[in-house]
Amino acid sequence: MSLWEYANPVKFMALSGRILPAATVLSAACLFIGLFWGFFLTPDDYKQGSTVKIIFLHVPSALMAINIWLMMLVTSLVWLVRRHHVSALAARAAAPIGITMTLIALFTGAIWGKPMWGTYWAWDPRLTSFMILFVFYLGYIALWQAIEEADTAADLTSILCMVGSVFALLSRYAVNFWNQGLHQGASLSVDQETHVDNAFYLPLVVCIAGFVLLFVTLVLLRTRTHIRQRRAQALMVREAPH
Amino acid sequence: MLALFKRDVLLAFRSGGGFGLALAFFLILVMFVPFGVGTDRAILARIAPGILWIGALLACLLSLDRIFQLDAEDGTLDVLATSPLPLEGIAAAKAAAHWLTTGLPLTIAAPFLGYLLGLPQAGYLWLILSLLTGTVALSFIGMFGAALTVGVKRGGLLLSLLVLPLYVPTLIFGALTVVRVTEGLEPLSPWMLLTGLSLASVVAMPVVGAMALRANLR
Repeated sequence: MSLWEYANPVKFMALSGRILPAATVLSAACLFIGLFWGFFLTPDDYKQGSTVKIIFLHVPSALMAINIWLMMLVTSLVWLVRRHHVSALAARAAAPIGITMTLIALFTGAIWGKPMWGTYWAWDPRLTSFMILFVFYLGYIALWQAIEEADTAADLTSILCMVGSVFALLSRYAVNFWNQGLHQGASLSVDQETHVDNAFYLPLVVCIAGFVLLFVTLVLLRTRTHIRQRRAQALMVREAPH
Repeated sequence: MLALFKRDVLLAFRSGGGFGLALAFFLILVMFVPFGVGTDRAILARIAPGILWIGALLACLLSLDRIFQLDAEDGTLDVLATSPLPLEGIAAAKAAAHWLTTGLPLTIAAPFLGYLLGLPQAGYLWLILSLLTGTVALSFIGMFGAALTVGVKRGGLLLSLLVLPLYVPTLIFGALTVVRVTEGLEPLSPWMLLTGLSLASVVAMPVVGAMALRANLR
C-alpha cells in the first residue's frame, strides 16, 4: 500500500469518487461558516473600519494562488520522473483554478487598496509579482491548449512549469530589488509573535481551510473529467471504422 | 557544433530578412517614442534607458521563432537530432548564433538610438555593457521558448506569451543598470546580477531546451 497505487487511473477514480462528496460538503460548510463569521460576527478594525473584512477572501485566495503553482510543480515533476498520467492531468486540472485564485487575489486587493492606500493599483513588489504569476499561468494554460498530442503536451508543460518556477522566484526577488512597496508583510505566521488579532485569526483559518477544500474538490472533479475525456477518446479511436 | 554555429550565422546573414529585421524593428520602435510621448528632452532622457531595453527585448523576441522553425519544417532538425552531436550542443549553438546575429547588432545600434533619445552622457558605457551581457540571457531563454513551441503551427504569439514572463528579471536588472547610472547611483550590483543571470542561462537553458526538443521530436 503506497501513494503510488493511486497513479493507476482506475484506483484514482474509485478513491476520488469516495472523497469527492465529503470534500464538497466540507468545503461548502467551511466557506459558509468562515465567511459568515468573518463578515458579520467580527468587530470593525479601529483604523480600517469594515473594509478589513475583505481579508477573508484576499488572504486565502492569494495563499492558494501560490500553493496551486507549487502543487503543479510537484505533479509536473512526478510526471517527468515517473510518467503517471494522472499526475500530468492533475497539473492540467489545477491551472485554471490557480489563475482564478490569482485574479480573485488581485481584484479583492484592488478593492481593498482603494480605501486604504487611495489607489486601486500600485507598482508594489507583491502586487507586481502577482501580475507576473498571472502571466505565467496564462502561458502554461495556453501551451496545454496549443499542443494536440497528449503526452507531448504533458512533457512540454511540465518543463515549462519547472523552468517557470525558477524564473517566477527570480522575478519575485528582482521585483523586490527594483521597487519598495506599500504592501504589509505576512499577515499570518506559525512561529512569530505578531500577526492579526485572534478575533480575525480564527475565522480566517476557517476560510483558508474552506479555500483549500474547495481547491481539492475542484481539482479532483476536473482531473476526473480529464480522465473520462481520455477514456472517451480512446473508445472513439477503437470504435472508429478502419 | 562549431560548424552548426557557422552555418546558422551564415544563413542568418545571407537569407535576408532575419538579420536586418530585428535592427529595423528596434529603429522604428525608438523612432515612434517621440511620436507617442512628445519631444520634451527631459522626459525622453528620463525614459531612454527603459525604452532602449524594452526595444532591444522586443526586437530579440521577434526573431526567436526562426531559431528552430525553418529547420523543423524542412527536416534538418531531425537530421541534426540523429547526428552524434547531443541535442544540448545543438541548442547551445543555435542560441549562440542567434545572439551573434541579433543581440550583438542590437547592442552596437543601441548607443546611436540612445543619442536620438538624449540618453545622459554617463549612460552610454553601461548601456553597452548591460546589453552586451543581457542579450545573451535573452537569446538563451528565447531559445528555450522556441524549443517549446517548435511543433506548434504559427506559434509566434504563443512563443511571445511563454517567453515574455521569463524575460522579467533580465529586463529589470538590465534597465536598472542604466537607470541607476543616469541617476548617479552605482550600477555595478544590478549589472552583476544581470551577468550572473546570463551565465546561468548559458549553462541551464541548453539542457531544458534539449529536453523540450526531445519531447517535440519523439
